[in-house]
Amino acid sequence: MNKKQRIMLARILAAALLLVVLNFIPAAGWPRFVLYLAPYLIIGYDILLKALKGIKNRQVFDENFLMAVATVGAIALALYEGSGDFTEAVAVMLFYQVGEWFQSYAVGKSRRNISDLMDIRPDYANVERDGKLEQVDPDEVAVGTVIVVQPGEKVPIDGVVEEGASTLNTAALTGESLPRDVKAGDEIVSGCINMTGVLKIRTTKEFGESTVSKILDLVENASSRKSKSEDFISRFARVYTPAVCIAALALAILPPVARMLILGLPAGWETWIYRALTFLVISCPCALVISIPLSFFAGIGGASKEGVLVKGSNYLETLSQTKIVVFDKTGTLTKGVFEVDGIHHSDIGEEQLVEYAALAECASSHPISKSLQRAYGKEIDRSRVTGIREISGGGVIAKVDGKEVAAGNDKLMDQLGVQYISCHSVGTIIHMAIDGRYAGHIVISDVLKPHSMQAIQALKATGVRKTVMLTGDAEKVACQVAGALGIDQVYSELLPADKVEKVEELLREKPEKAKLAFVGDGINDAPVLRRADIGIAMGAMGSDAAIEAADVVLMDDDPLKIAKAIKISRKCLGIVYQNIVFAIGIKLICLVLGALGIANMWLAIFADVGVMILAVLNAIRALFVKNL
Amino acid sequence: MKKTYRIDVDCANCANKMEEAARKTEGVKAATVNFMTLKMIVEFQEGQDPKAVMEQVRKNCKKVEDDCEIFL
Repeated sequence: MNKKQRIMLARILAAALLLVVLNFIPAAGWPRFVLYLAPYLIIGYDILLKALKGIKNRQVFDENFLMAVATVGAIALALYEGSGDFTEAVAVMLFYQVGEWFQSYAVGKSRRNISDLMDIRPDYANVERDGKLEQVDPDEVAVGTVIVVQPGEKVPIDGVVEEGASTLNTAALTGESLPRDVKAGDEIVSGCINMTGVLKIRTTKEFGESTVSKILDLVENASSRKSKSEDFISRFARVYTPAVCIAALALAILPPVARMLILGLPAGWETWIYRALTFLVISCPCALVISIPLSFFAGIGGASKEGVLVKGSNYLETLSQTKIVVFDKTGTLTKGVFEVDGIHHSDIGEEQLVEYAALAECASSHPISKSLQRAYGKEIDRSRVTGIREISGGGVIAKVDGKEVAAGNDKLMDQLGVQYISCHSVGTIIHMAIDGRYAGHIVISDVLKPHSMQAIQALKATGVRKTVMLTGDAEKVACQVAGALGIDQVYSELLPADKVEKVEELLREKPEKAKLAFVGDGINDAPVLRRADIGIAMGAMGSDAAIEAADVVLMDDDPLKIAKAIKISRKCLGIVYQNIVFAIGIKLICLVLGALGIANMWLAIFADVGVMILAVLNAIRALFVKNL
Repeated sequence: MKKTYRIDVDCANCANKMEEAARKTEGVKAATVNFMTLKMIVEFQEGQDPKAVMEQVRKNCKKVEDDCEIFL
């Protein structure tokens, strides 16, 4: 609670207490009026003042003015009729203020809640100066400075580990609770929490360019891109209040006049004016206006807690309507790293073959060579290798332990005149020839991510109609992956530009309402990310291009998060629609009941404040997305 | 040019009104008020002095909602 809220609470309690006490005081006539004026002014003086200022500034249709007219009108009626029922006017003002207070409290609370969720802003960086650690503002740390991060501290700036080894908690960034190990030479992103050892980090970026700043910026500005629902509500609010006011005026004048002139009955001015004042109480669109942005804010906040960054309310809305999901293969559904998948027709033993291959390829940094070296698993003794010759577009020939080893594709074997056995497996095939004799082949392929299949199933379960995979890979590889995952449609052997074309084709084919999402790793598919209805970049920790181009950023590279993101958006949008229908519905019912004279001012204010409180509580529900 | 300003306002509808008022101010190309984060993002028209324009924006906002503040 801030100071404003505390003062307001005191005023509410004081006025409520006075109202109860006054109930037992048997005053009548003018003294009664003066007595009741006390709680009325305590609770409502600021509203009256604002109303006056509003008139001065020609802002007639604001809720302060309406509340002022409604309550002053009710008091005037009570005086005129001599009923002395001032309780109603005071209570209306009281409940209105209770509503405002609750709204302010709830909004403040969720603001704090959500900033706690994204509590990754580092307050300082430790810089070593003259052997002493000094805490400085991260903004002031230049690129290339060595900073020290102690256990329990946040990594403030992106960089490379110079010294030390530790375990990092990346939960705040990725929603992934599994800790990550780092050692000297590893890249490190800001926002992680250092858990075990002291790390010395050479910064590679300025604070403003670091991951943590980018994410904070993104999340904080997310709700500034407004959704259609929000636009609808602000348009609605603009018409609603004036419309209800005009209706109130009509209600106060037309029926009595009609009764007098046409029906020849007594006018009954008091009754109709009272009903008109009831209208004014219902004319505030507060519940709607607050609950819709609050729902989106909570939804975006909840999603970021799960490692799903949504760049705006509008994207959350589009995401919820996603019916077609298009995937990039490499790096999205597959790990994008190659692994030895099989060894065939080897007559010298599989380990031996891999050893020869790794040694022959030891000078290359190609992903394929790297995967061979990884499969070998031992330190490579370069002294065993001599005379390495790279055959462009073919492979490598080298002398290993005095033996002539050739490792490469079909072309290389043809060139050497070695009879080879073709492989029916899918992947990259490395044929091996030792001293001119065929020694078998090694199959290397990109491996699927462990959750890819589950991810496709989860998407189907959330109601995604079609899944499509685009890849630059060979058809055979593409079909095998798609088949294994259960993907509906595959387009293979595409150049980056072809991918944009394919997505455009898919966009043309689909019905208007079904939205198309493209999921990529953001490395070379930025144009596609932009072209799709909604671009989802994954594994984006540290990748600026992806954060820039995508509408939704998945912090880790788990494809299962796509379905989760869609579920989060559905829940949020569900809450938004519930609130719209609920709030407008109750208001309309109250207006009708008020016009018929069934609902009095008490009911009107209860409905107004009650709807607001329920809508706000419902909106906050969007924050809880852990178990979706 | 785009700039972000911190604001203070109590109700969501008032924030909408501020947005309207800011949009109508001369020299402002686009304006968005984010009630949840209490920020106003203003895009200025070319060749306008943000300082002078923002003074006017603030005046106009005060007119529609007395109880608001823009921290310039």
